[in-house]
Amino acid sequence: MSGFPTLLWKEVLRFWKVSTQTIGAPVLTAVLFLFIFGHVMEGRVRMYDSIPYTAFLVPGLVMMSVLQNAFANSSSSLIQSKITGNIIFVLLPPLAYWEFFAAYVLAAVARGMVVGTAVMLVTLPFVHMEFRHPLWVLAFAFCGSAVLGALGMMAGIWAEKIDQVASFQNFLIMPLTFLSGVFYSIHSLPVFWQGLSHFNPFFYMIDGFRYGFFGVSDAHPAKSLAVVAAFLVLVSGLTLAVLRSGYKLRH
Amino acid sequence: MPAAIELCEVHKRFGDLQALSGIDLEVPQGEFFGLLGPNGAGKTTLISVLAGLVRADRGTVRVMGHDVRADYRAARRSLGVVPQELVFDPFFTVRETLRIQSGYFGMRDNRAWIDEVMHNLDLASKADVNMRALSGGMKRRVLVAQALVHKPPVIVLDEPTAGVDVELRQALWEFIRRLNRDGHTIVLTTHYLEEAEALCERIAMLKLGRVVALDSTPNLLKRVHHLFLRLRLGGQLPEELRPLEHGSTADAHVLRLKSYDDVEQALSSIRRAGCRIEEMELAQPDLEDAFVDVMRRS
Repeated sequence: MSGFPTLLWKEVLRFWKVSTQTIGAPVLTAVLFLFIFGHVMEGRVRMYDSIPYTAFLVPGLVMMSVLQNAFANSSSSLIQSKITGNIIFVLLPPLAYWEFFAAYVLAAVARGMVVGTAVMLVTLPFVHMEFRHPLWVLAFAFCGSAVLGALGMMAGIWAEKIDQVASFQNFLIMPLTFLSGVFYSIHSLPVFWQGLSHFNPFFYMIDGFRYGFFGVSDAHPAKSLAVVAAFLVLVSGLTLAVLRSGYKLRH
Repeated sequence: MPAAIELCEVHKRFGDLQALSGIDLEVPQGEFFGLLGPNGAGKTTLISVLAGLVRADRGTVRVMGHDVRADYRAARRSLGVVPQELVFDPFFTVRETLRIQSGYFGMRDNRAWIDEVMHNLDLASKADVNMRALSGGMKRRVLVAQALVHKPPVIVLDEPTAGVDVELRQALWEFIRRLNRDGHTIVLTTHYLEEAEALCERIAMLKLGRVVALDSTPNLLKRVHHLFLRLRLGGQLPEELRPLEHGSTADAHVLRLKSYDDVEQALSSIRRAGCRIEEMELAQPDLEDAFVDVMRRS
């Protein structure tokens, strides 16, 4: 029998055991964003002509939490294991490189989903939300968190110090998520920035996710899902190639 | 019956450092085998190659007949490794750690064996304690238990008793000896040569990535052709015996002699000098002497 289910279970248990930090903290951050931005902007702007700003903001905040936490899960698990040396416990058993990949990415998806669900539940009493296309919501949440889980693996494998992972998160993941339409519709941007946003794969993740709630979006949801799926295939392929080569894990 | 471990022309280089230079080694099943060498000799690299943590540049490596690259799943299932560093996962208790490690090897319902391993390593009372709360010795026991949870036929112990108290050391060796009697192949690296001498049937000595000696422990000891005469005298050691001195201490003289005939001559010299012998002991060379001898010659 394969060791894959155990590795997946262990990775889920790892974040569950410190849920105050891994689930509670991001939920609090998202709620603070909602209260501050909602208070300042509510009543001043309506998105897509009819959606109140706070309702528009909630899916963005949920997806931002999903993405950032998926990345944090795989990257922090790998870098901590490498630094403390306990990575040896998963390198000694007969696990294939693709089982290793699948376990870390699915655990990242699980953390993203748990945090996203928690943010959604906490914000629901304050906002009237629609759920027009729940399958689109799930599809974008799954694919988006899988992309970030794989990116987190790449960061965790490449980094040798915790601050290198933090740099990856602060200078790449954070700007790309903030500039992807979490807080605004790209139609409110100047033309140049609108065009540039189309080169940000995170834009498609958040835009498509938001479509699942309101049935409206900046880009067509099928196009967004195709872009996100293609990005997932690309990032997964790279991560699998890195794992297969043994780069920085098996000398 | 395949050898427990088989290495053929194994080379490994890290940058400018040639860590392994054409290692040829075969360890039959059921043997208690020692791997000795000074720091940097390549012992840990060799173990890492066996375990698949390091990929050899050239050569063939097999565990129980399974190639560690082509048939890595079977090779890793056959091997249990106790690493040198004291590593642990701070998120889990002892029992969780062992259940997880067992699950990695595809063994889901392994409670009875996990309980037995914990009992034998005196870990049962700490089963539900978080790894962070354990002492260094207890963490070392858990590392040993982790290497055994999947009942591997070959067990590699990379300096398992470094920094471990006498009680655990004895309990550990008793348990490892029992596993060896039950048919497990044991490969041990240690800096405590008296442990290797007492436990290992055969020993390989490594220096700068090469095997410089490989023989049974009695044969290695026989290679050292001298005896040690330890004396505490009621006066000065005669001048003619001074050149034979070897590692004397403040209150005792140790003479390195070539044969039993030299003992007689040394005692005659002492008598002639009118010196009184207060204490005397004749010692055979031990593995440390053999080790020093091999390292000096190679």
